[in-house]
Amino acid sequence: MARTHRILAVFASAGALLAATGCGAADMTKQASPYANAQGAKTVTLSVQSWVGAQANVAVASYLLAHELGYRVDTVQVDEVPAWDALSQGRVDAILEDWGHPDQEARYVDEKKTIAPGGGLGVTGHIGWFVPTYFAEQHPDVTDWRNLNTYASQLRTAESGGKGQLLDGSPSYVTNDKALVNNLDLDYQVVFSGSEAAQITQIKQFAKEKKPFLTYWYKPQWLFQKVPMTEVKLPAYKEGCDADPEKVACAYPHTPLQKFLNADFAKKGGSAARFLENFSWTTEQQNEVALMIAEQKLSPEEAAAKWVKANEPTWKKWLTET
Amino acid sequence: MTAATTAPHPPVERGGPPAALSSARGRALGKLLPLVLFAAVLVPLALIRWPGTAWPDALTVDLSAPLGSASDWIIDNRDSHPLFLYFFGHISNAVVLSVRGVYLLLLAAGWAGVTAAAGLIGWRVAGVRLALTAAVSFAVCGVLGMWVPTMQTLALMVVAVTASVVLGALLGLAAGLSDRLYRALRPVLDTMQVLPAFAYLLPVVLVFGIGVPAAVLATVVYAAPPMARLTALGLREADRGVMEAVSSLGATARQRLLTARLPLARKQLLLGLNQTIMMALSMAVIASVIGAGGLGDRVYQALASVDVGAALAAGLPIVLLAVVLDRTTAAAGSGTGSGPGKRGRLGWAVAAVATVLVAIAGRLTDRLDWPETWTVNIAEPVNRAVDWMTAHLYSGVPVIGGTADWAGRFTTWVLDPLRGGLQALPWWAVLLLVAALALLIGTWQTALTAVLAMAAIGVLGVWKPSLDTLSQVLAAVAVTLVIGFAAGIAAARSSRMEALLRPVLDVFQTLPQFVYLIPVVALFGVGRAPAVAAAVVYALPAVVRITTQGLRQVDPAAIEAARSLGATGGQQLRQVQLPLAGPALRLALNQGVVLVLAVVIIGGLVGGGALGYDVVFGLAQGDLATGLVAGAAIVCLGLMLDRVTQPTQRRTERRTERRTGRTRKAA
Repeated sequence: MARTHRILAVFASAGALLAATGCGAADMTKQASPYANAQGAKTVTLSVQSWVGAQANVAVASYLLAHELGYRVDTVQVDEVPAWDALSQGRVDAILEDWGHPDQEARYVDEKKTIAPGGGLGVTGHIGWFVPTYFAEQHPDVTDWRNLNTYASQLRTAESGGKGQLLDGSPSYVTNDKALVNNLDLDYQVVFSGSEAAQITQIKQFAKEKKPFLTYWYKPQWLFQKVPMTEVKLPAYKEGCDADPEKVACAYPHTPLQKFLNADFAKKGGSAARFLENFSWTTEQQNEVALMIAEQKLSPEEAAAKWVKANEPTWKKWLTET
Repeated sequence: MTAATTAPHPPVERGGPPAALSSARGRALGKLLPLVLFAAVLVPLALIRWPGTAWPDALTVDLSAPLGSASDWIIDNRDSHPLFLYFFGHISNAVVLSVRGVYLLLLAAGWAGVTAAAGLIGWRVAGVRLALTAAVSFAVCGVLGMWVPTMQTLALMVVAVTASVVLGALLGLAAGLSDRLYRALRPVLDTMQVLPAFAYLLPVVLVFGIGVPAAVLATVVYAAPPMARLTALGLREADRGVMEAVSSLGATARQRLLTARLPLARKQLLLGLNQTIMMALSMAVIASVIGAGGLGDRVYQALASVDVGAALAAGLPIVLLAVVLDRTTAAAGSGTGSGPGKRGRLGWAVAAVATVLVAIAGRLTDRLDWPETWTVNIAEPVNRAVDWMTAHLYSGVPVIGGTADWAGRFTTWVLDPLRGGLQALPWWAVLLLVAALALLIGTWQTALTAVLAMAAIGVLGVWKPSLDTLSQVLAAVAVTLVIGFAAGIAAARSSRMEALLRPVLDVFQTLPQFVYLIPVVALFGVGRAPAVAAAVVYALPAVVRITTQGLRQVDPAAIEAARSLGATGGQQLRQVQLPLAGPALRLALNQGVVLVLAVVIIGGLVGGGALGYDVVFGLAQGDLATGLVAGAAIVCLGLMLDRVTQPTQRRTERRTERRTGRTRKAA
């Protein structure tokens, strides 16, 4: 019985919608999540990316939004590029950590004006190739890309065929590794682990047995605290050397991470929008929370609560500045 | 060989399967002969025209440029083009509003109201036991701290299932009444049932972008076919005698439909509803990849931080929802509940009033959200157990070696040679092989479909990754069949074994595919081996079930006859039971292949590479062209594998057997 009622309610609401909008145009830039604003609560929908650093941003932001500003926070996990599209359609209100997507920025921020920049996160990101420090200490010359080929045989695995393995992560991350291996004439095979979770598990297994490995990795990342890693020097980065994705032969840049808000939300989002624009912290602070989530296995809420309790002066500023 | 082994047992041979087999062999030769002639003419021609073993470049069509520009066009015009403003936009809004309506209703009923409603519906449909199961299941969702995500998934499900059922029933009604439509729809519906869920995600994302509307629509497209199929079947199978009687009484066509055909098809309709619900649930979880939110999203987020415990905390409610929905609709189908009589109606009224009362009580005491103090955190203990497992079983175990060593050996000794062998085969040899296999087990039509599907993969320009995926599927199917047949035979021979296996299979049949991925990574590392392992675990229950059923259904008289002739247990099994259960075993193979493919594709998330990785990559990078081409290749691969393993006659009994498989896929 309750079921029929529910179904009736569905039809009634669908009908009401058709009646309300009539044959008018639907606005594809206002596609809020159906779970937003339930029971009259003010809701903010945040995009969480799959890496833990981004989860730390979102955990602290949602904790403060909920406990200090009285919002209900919904989170949706979306990959980096689709998140831009979702942000433009209003399905999410904010991205808190973007690693630089010039194409998307040109399309949505400059051209369509459906997304507004939300300022810097305060954290600088850097992608690179890393070997475990225990391996680098035994073989100091491995940290230069010119010597990588001599170590290829030691880095062979079942998945890399006859070549050395360069472990890559999630397909959603920014990577030039295939082109790099090609253009630098390295005797390596890029093996995509498919997700960051899979990659972390693999790195930890290697580290436990003190086996050598070469991996795509990025800073800031909490895993450095558990498995110390040393960066392999690639040919230095120069402005524009990564313009043609096929011909890249240089290192990754250092990127100041950015926040982006849905343009409508930035205008009408009230105190939540102001708060998210002010939200800015250091690499160490982000790592502290990320480590609590990923290593001590605290839930993101618990980790955020712990951090918020200890760092009141930092977050007070985010609430009061306008 | 068949003749040689059966020679000492003439009595069995006379009436039994070996005779049938040898005549089948003659038929097979007859079927293959035209193919051999055909190949003898065409292969040299192909060799002259396109030398080399890889698929010739001249025969590929590059779709990525047009697909890429289509995707760009959609993004650029989505806010302004009339097609979106007046059509897709309204669909999208309608979905969002309906999901929101149901979600608000569920929240308004509060946890007490929803739990009471679940219990009371269970009570009315199947009695006290199901009522308790339902109420306890919902309470457990709350205890695990997953109340709100559970309601989100439930809201999405209600909308998707309603739409699927309406759509499926309409299609099924049309196909049930019109022969021509039935012939046109059946192959389409059959095919849709064998495609991996992942292939459905990209086209909807292309149009609607990431979010709930895309998720709901993908779910509807995925879940509607079984409803349509079973509705059509139910209507077509109506008892001729009854229909004759009804029309001789002068009933109009409309009356015949409403008073005789539909009521007679009740069982099929409810089975269709059951399958649709189970498949919708499976898709609702997978659709978290395209922003469905709810429980699936929690699993997805937990997997991103290697948090098996949290994934399990979100996975358990999915399992519980699946069990409750499955049992409720299955009970409604078998009609154990009270009929539509006066007492039945009174019972429903009591249930409705009780639900409303509980909901109001919940409201008045201001206990709408699940109380935070009543939650239990299972993530930590589970993670400790997983850590222990990884620490002690991963490698360096004396004598047998660790799981990582097995995975490495499996990759080096099985997967690599298999992949290398497949990719070294000339492309025309692969096509011929596919044709020959499909001809042997099916008809020339299935063979033609299979070959065309395989050729389409080449034309799409993803020949190599597809063969990579195929090698993983073959390896996984081989392992699944060896273990599955062994377990199935054991279960068929010993009731105690079956009683032991049954609850295990029940649980495994409802677990979401996602949850399998992380423990296999923990055990086997990253790469193709864990993808294969997850696929094996996922496909096993269906194979074990179908094998057990097939063996048990063998005519007891035949076994008795063999026994009276002094055959040993092993002889009975080899020479009577297995040959007689042949059709069931082939069905097990077919189901195994379909289920394995579904998970091998998802294995792209744990380093399976190949086609699955391309889909994940397409979704993750917003590079829909790559993803769509890979998705199309997956469709073709699924089609080819199904046709190559499909038993000749799709008999109607297959439906019931299929259910075991489908419920499995519906996890």
